[in-house]
Amino acid sequence: MNRIDKALSELKNKNEKALITFITAGDPDLETTEKLVLEMFDSGADIIEIGVPFSDPVAEGKVIQEASLRSLAKGTNLNGIFEMVERLRTKTDKPLILMMYINTIFRFGTERFFGLCREKGIDGVIVPDLPFEEKDEIRSYAEENGIIPISLVAPTSHQRIASIASDSKGFLYCVSSTGVTGTRSSFKTDFDEFFGEIKKSCKVPAMVGFGISNPEQAKKMSAYCDGVIVGSAVVKIIAEYGKDSCGKVGEFVRSLKEAIL
Amino acid sequence: MSKGRFGIFGGQYVPETVMNAVNELDAAYEKYKDDPEFIEELKTLYRDYAGRPSLLYYAEKMTKDLGGAKIYIKREDLNHTGSHKINNVLGQILLAKRMGKTRIIAETGAGQHGVATATACALFGLECQIYMGAEDVERQSLNVYRMELLGASVTSVSEGTSTLKDAINAAMRDWAENVNTTFYCIGSVMGPHPYPTMVRDFQKIISEEIRAQIMEKEGRLPDCVCACVGGGSNAMGAFYDFIKDESVRLVGAEAAGLGVDTDKHAATAAKGTTGIFHGMKSLFLQNEFGQIDPVYSISAGLDYPGIGPEHAMLHKSGRAEYLPITDEEAVCAFEYLSRTEGIIPAIESAHAVAAALKIAPKMSPDQIMVINLSGRGDKDVYSIARYRGKNIVNS
Repeated sequence: MNRIDKALSELKNKNEKALITFITAGDPDLETTEKLVLEMFDSGADIIEIGVPFSDPVAEGKVIQEASLRSLAKGTNLNGIFEMVERLRTKTDKPLILMMYINTIFRFGTERFFGLCREKGIDGVIVPDLPFEEKDEIRSYAEENGIIPISLVAPTSHQRIASIASDSKGFLYCVSSTGVTGTRSSFKTDFDEFFGEIKKSCKVPAMVGFGISNPEQAKKMSAYCDGVIVGSAVVKIIAEYGKDSCGKVGEFVRSLKEAIL
Repeated sequence: MSKGRFGIFGGQYVPETVMNAVNELDAAYEKYKDDPEFIEELKTLYRDYAGRPSLLYYAEKMTKDLGGAKIYIKREDLNHTGSHKINNVLGQILLAKRMGKTRIIAETGAGQHGVATATACALFGLECQIYMGAEDVERQSLNVYRMELLGASVTSVSEGTSTLKDAINAAMRDWAENVNTTFYCIGSVMGPHPYPTMVRDFQKIISEEIRAQIMEKEGRLPDCVCACVGGGSNAMGAFYDFIKDESVRLVGAEAAGLGVDTDKHAATAAKGTTGIFHGMKSLFLQNEFGQIDPVYSISAGLDYPGIGPEHAMLHKSGRAEYLPITDEEAVCAFEYLSRTEGIIPAIESAHAVAAALKIAPKMSPDQIMVINLSGRGDKDVYSIARYRGKNIVNS
């Protein structure tokens, strides 16, 4: 069983919400990323998304764009990230997902990429610029290697929700609002309607992400679905504290986890 | 395989948030492209507002000077707003109106697409937001002021390389945020389907006119058509109607900057590899890990690390050839056309002139070459003077 499915079914049995956190690999360096992943798992994260930096991340707001650039300036690449994942796998058996742009998979070689995901211990991928219509770009390679490509739906998906949700595996990534990633003070989306539509056809847990920046929001948003995804708010702490961010990040992740219990 | 493919190239690689908007645009374009009322309205605007058909001018002095092919110049520079960009913008704005969109966004490199978009928005009373790389804002300041004069708001984008690529990133992020009210008017034959096809369709009038005009003047097809290629909209427009005519050689002039063997160029066909970026599978200048390379050209309009997917297909199949032209060659061609024919070309279009200067002398006098002069060069005068070491700005 894939680690994502296993972790989520355990949470379901305990009737708990999932906490998924995101950090950009190599920001400020891969050694710190490795420590941060372990720290976040210890602090209550159930699944961690590791962002593969890209030169032109069009779905990201300022915070993650800047993290990407900091990481690339340090020379971070997929080879280094896979080595880090290999090291992490000697220390944790919790689900790890790579969040990355399609070009970084395609150029690396899609077959080679998914083979390494399996070999090094990656469980899923989120590819924000690969919509439902283009899923065949990676699907067969992912399936052959037991890697779950996570599907996304947005408030603007409307009639597409049914086909995307019913096809989703692992969990469904529900984008909270229009726009790019980044913390928001408020949301305009009608969540009752949005999640009502999603639940009609979604057979896997539904997680909400984009803009969730504090425990209060996490608590509020988790009521609509099976868990929350927090990215930019974590990356902001790393931007401020760099190599010394582990303690602060751990503290923040614990506060998120407590809020959704 | 998804929609909008040119061989393996093309597709719709965009975030889910805008996917519905892309599909709605596709449906609207399919609905209106053959609608007689839409076609009539666009034709009327082309004729009465943009000044079409643009002239096909016999460049006699240039022909005699080069001693090879008979050279004609397709004068897209004489269109209203000064370039071919207006052809596409008028089509897209008519669609936006029919789709009930109230706000238009666009990216621009040299500022020609931004000016054309700002112009059409002024004409139709639409809110207009233009994204332009900070470096381009600086080197094309005349066009920035033109856009503002036309009522558009211009945002200077200082991320990444601060050029066209980054302006597109910013426009895509704006679109994701405001997708319900906003129409993204892409300026070239690039991006997710339907843009490469739709923009090509709005530009193909260039080659259709060339065909009719050359048949009238010469009674036969040209032997070669030359156009510059950034994303490739004027070139697609100039090539399209001739693709089926195997005897017509199609030449795209791409920006070689300081040379294709340096790291300062934007020669995607010569040096690019297949990738997926800005909504399309196509050729891109990128490193082994898929990070998009910073590119360089003296021409803001050609300073882009990719190429439209239909060009990628024409390049791979060999139907069109792509010739790298350096800054120096382009500037020399800029000066040559100014002095020889009294026509100051845009520095983008000067790349096509430079390609013609290389090819035409090797052709025979009974052959015909058409250069697509995509834009006029008033906007470039300051930067060319600076390139030549002259400061012509009053302060």
